[in-house]
Amino acid sequence: MGPLVPDIIPREIDLVFAFFIGIFFGYILEQAGFSTSKKLVGLFYGYDFTVLRVFFTAGLTAMVGIVILTHFGLLDMDYVYINPLFLKSAIIGGLIMGLGFVIGGFCPGTSVCAAAIGKIDAMFFVLGGFLGVIFFSETYSIWEGIYKASYLGNPQLFETLGISRELTAILFIVVAVVAFYFTTKLEKKLNPNEILDDTPKPYYKYILTGVVVLLILIPFLPDKKASLLKKVDDTNFILSQNIPMMTIDEFAYRIWDRDKKLIPVDLRSEKEYKQLQLPYSVNVQEFKQLFDKKLYRKINLRNNQLVFIANDELTEKKAAYIASQIGYKNIFILKKGMPEFIASYINFVPTKIDEHASKLVLDTYRFREMASKELPKIIEENKPKSVTNDKPKRVLGGC
Amino acid sequence: MEPTKYMNPYLAGFLLGLVLLLAIFVSGRGLGASGAIKSFGVYVVEKVAPEHAQNTKYYQEYSADHAGNPLKNWLVFEVLGVIIGAFISGLVSNRLDFKLEKGPKVQTNTVRIISAIIGGFLFGLGAQLGRGCTSGAALSGMAVFSTGGIITMFAIFGGAYAFAYFFRKLWL
Repeated sequence: MGPLVPDIIPREIDLVFAFFIGIFFGYILEQAGFSTSKKLVGLFYGYDFTVLRVFFTAGLTAMVGIVILTHFGLLDMDYVYINPLFLKSAIIGGLIMGLGFVIGGFCPGTSVCAAAIGKIDAMFFVLGGFLGVIFFSETYSIWEGIYKASYLGNPQLFETLGISRELTAILFIVVAVVAFYFTTKLEKKLNPNEILDDTPKPYYKYILTGVVVLLILIPFLPDKKASLLKKVDDTNFILSQNIPMMTIDEFAYRIWDRDKKLIPVDLRSEKEYKQLQLPYSVNVQEFKQLFDKKLYRKINLRNNQLVFIANDELTEKKAAYIASQIGYKNIFILKKGMPEFIASYINFVPTKIDEHASKLVLDTYRFREMASKELPKIIEENKPKSVTNDKPKRVLGGC
Repeated sequence: MEPTKYMNPYLAGFLLGLVLLLAIFVSGRGLGASGAIKSFGVYVVEKVAPEHAQNTKYYQEYSADHAGNPLKNWLVFEVLGVIIGAFISGLVSNRLDFKLEKGPKVQTNTVRIISAIIGGFLFGLGAQLGRGCTSGAALSGMAVFSTGGIITMFAIFGGAYAFAYFFRKLWL
């Protein structure tokens, strides 16, 4: 489902959305006290750890939300911007930013926020930031080497550490709670007279425990994908489903007609698929491939008709049922399956036909006779020339 | 009127986390700030010195990655929102005021202004190298478990702690 842009929400509206997200972002930053450099640098001198509390709580909230949404199939992280890892520039850039932080007293987001309520020092910080960006662009040749060095892809920390998402989130929570505890002690020591309103209230404990328990339980909760894949094992249930069928003759006619809106979803093995690759078809060897967002975007277009084809109707029906449950539209299954289609069209054998048979039988026979000559040509000319490999396209993000 | 108290930091963090999660769920990307400054910088250079921009490698690479007007950018719209959101917050909490804040031992405004410019300059430069700042790399990167973002986060805060001692006279 998510990200909603661009499938559900168009890109133009995304910019309007960004504006509103910004309003909330700015409002919260200011309300939290990020509009004064004194509070921000307090973090580095030990007298005010507000920044640490807000920052970690925000990061963890979003992180836990992502774990939950991903688990239940509501958010596909393959389409979310994951900051790339250029090890050298990440470290050097980070250290330069740290230096800028203690000298200037702001970071870019907080300086904009502080400038908005009239802090003059913040306005100069924004100006400095602007000059820094221009300086980088103008002296890019100096930096380019470091900037592009040691590229390691877009790894996520749980991959780097080789542990689960949930455990990674729990580790972050543990680190955060320990940090909150000790920094609050230090803060009180350095700042005995001023009471910073941040003593964790008792119910925080319950919220925290709840979140950790949830993270532990999540891997055991069935997600939509697993439960659907399990459901189709129930043959009687699948047989009771009512899914529109397409006859092999209509199917053949549409292929002959070079109908681009007819998308055969071929559930057979790769070998069988390669032997007979119908025009505009896609090969889905395993049901779980149906959950791929890339496939969904490619074939689930308006006016497309998806015909699930396999060696038996039951397999077709299973795949069609899963597809119907995850948002695919205009789904059909091929009546009697591929063996019947292949026998009647691809391996058409002329037979003597009773001239007194009904008109329908005669017409069908003549159609099959003609189509069996044309279809192989159409199939041949539509064979893909090269293998296309389209990787998921992430949103271009970052700062 | 006296300014109202700041929001409880854990509550503020929770709300900020929800906003970040919403941005990721809807737009497939996190929050940011320095990227908007960059877009603005590129825009200015392209307007003021179009020939220079066309002949300079960085701007060429930038326009290859970002088609169209540099200001028609998610982060630019988001930062416009930040300005308005922060202003509204300052208004409702009585904190709107032209004020230059400096550490108690800083004698002149000039020192504070120069250190703010230098700090901003370094942050702007570092954010380009690190491909994001505290919002775009550290906060949003942590939320999506990005190893790169988390390394940048440690470098920013680690660096700040390492250098803090040398600049204590500016703040303490």
